[in-house]
Amino acid sequence: MSEPAKEQGSKTETVARTLLVAFFVSLVCSSLVASAAILLQPRQLANAILDARRNILEVAGLFEPDRDVNQLYESIEPRIVDLATGAYVEDIDPESFDPVEAAKDAELGVEVPADIDLARVRRRAKRALVYLVRKDDEVSKIILPISGYGLWSTMYGFVALEADGNTIADITFYAHGETPGVGDFIAKPAWRALWRDKRVFDESGTPKIEVVKGRVSPGDPMADYRVDGVSGATLTGNGVTKLMQYWLGDHGYGPYLRNIQRGGGT
Amino acid sequence: MSSVAKRALLEPVVDNNPVTLHVLGICSALAVTTSLLPSLYMCLALTVVAACANAAVSAIRHVLPSSIRIIVQMTIIASLVIVVDESLKAFAFETSRELSVFVGLIITNCIVLGRTESFASKNPVGLSFLDGVGNGLGYSVILILVASTRELLGAGTLLGYTILPSVADGGWYSPNGMMLLPPSAFFVIGLIIWAVRSWKVEQVEKPEFQIHEVHRKEAL
Repeated sequence: MSEPAKEQGSKTETVARTLLVAFFVSLVCSSLVASAAILLQPRQLANAILDARRNILEVAGLFEPDRDVNQLYESIEPRIVDLATGAYVEDIDPESFDPVEAAKDAELGVEVPADIDLARVRRRAKRALVYLVRKDDEVSKIILPISGYGLWSTMYGFVALEADGNTIADITFYAHGETPGVGDFIAKPAWRALWRDKRVFDESGTPKIEVVKGRVSPGDPMADYRVDGVSGATLTGNGVTKLMQYWLGDHGYGPYLRNIQRGGGT
Repeated sequence: MSSVAKRALLEPVVDNNPVTLHVLGICSALAVTTSLLPSLYMCLALTVVAACANAAVSAIRHVLPSSIRIIVQMTIIASLVIVVDESLKAFAFETSRELSVFVGLIITNCIVLGRTESFASKNPVGLSFLDGVGNGLGYSVILILVASTRELLGAGTLLGYTILPSVADGGWYSPNGMMLLPPSAFFVIGLIIWAVRSWKVEQVEKPEFQIHEVHRKEAL
């Protein structure tokens, strides 16, 4: 079946020949890779946007599998919030705002002080992209992007709050590296359902929401602020607790949510 | 189809399987087999890369200087893998995210380089293409077996459809969480290799050495 290697030696082995072959192989391969990257890029970008919108719709409770995501998304209103003051920023187009790029920027980003950096965020953008859901012109839900370190890596998600800025409607994690079958409960519908109607802030306005070890005991006076954890995945649960307490605290969305609670959530 | 072509295509499926006989491509077989759907995409990606890489290497085999043949083969394989990876991101976004780095790691999959080096560099284009498809199929058979076992026992589903209703959803099956962790893929592949070698005894490797038997005479 195999042919004798008749051309070994003299003809194919000169330096010039070797360089020539290497050059043409590289030329063909690089044009192949470059054209694939350029031709497929618009589709990939569209996929990424579609995926982000789908996650937002899901946490808003508006996702319907057999309807067009972009059409459903029209009911979502992206807004930009200045995290330090909690006020909306009107002069930036939410479509063009990239929080990840902004966090890296010297002007637009800010270092998170180590002593309050519970979620190990390290740097975040000064402004944040939030999403409002309106029902009959009134804001009915506020969707906030959240992120923080779990057991293995950073978990990215959204939390949806009711219009009071205190009651949780839903939570979702769309990207995480937690242990399959153990820590990946954070993305499961059954666990997400436990968050419904939990409360974030106590009377003093401190975020008290937490994931406990094991189950919340029935008579617990703090039951409104506590969500069941999963045994064997304590560190993933702690990660969620810490990222909630950071992002909903004073250095996160705290000032914004206080504005909402005072009735400034237009 | 000639018998040579048939052999190139079908031999790697069972008799010369890259995973069970040569124990190649294990890394990805461990990583992507927690559920069936990503495994199917992985099989498709590897088969496409193996077949095209074989054909491309075979096409230039007469002009390829042997001093740079490995790096040229790697360049061709790497380019094909990038094209496949980009295509998955464009056309199968959800699955491509689950497969994450493992499509990129096809570059280092020994099956692909093994076939271009040992087969495609000595055989004509058509036959090399078939050999690539055949080895892709051989890899796919094992991956599908492992992934079906793991998804069924680990989650009670196949391709996301419930087969064994789990206790959490009100059924009777208590999913075996270990099946979703990498070690279980080792066990399943080991069992498959054992089964194949019990069936095809000629695949059992000769022991590399045997401890010298001590005879009573020598001891005395």
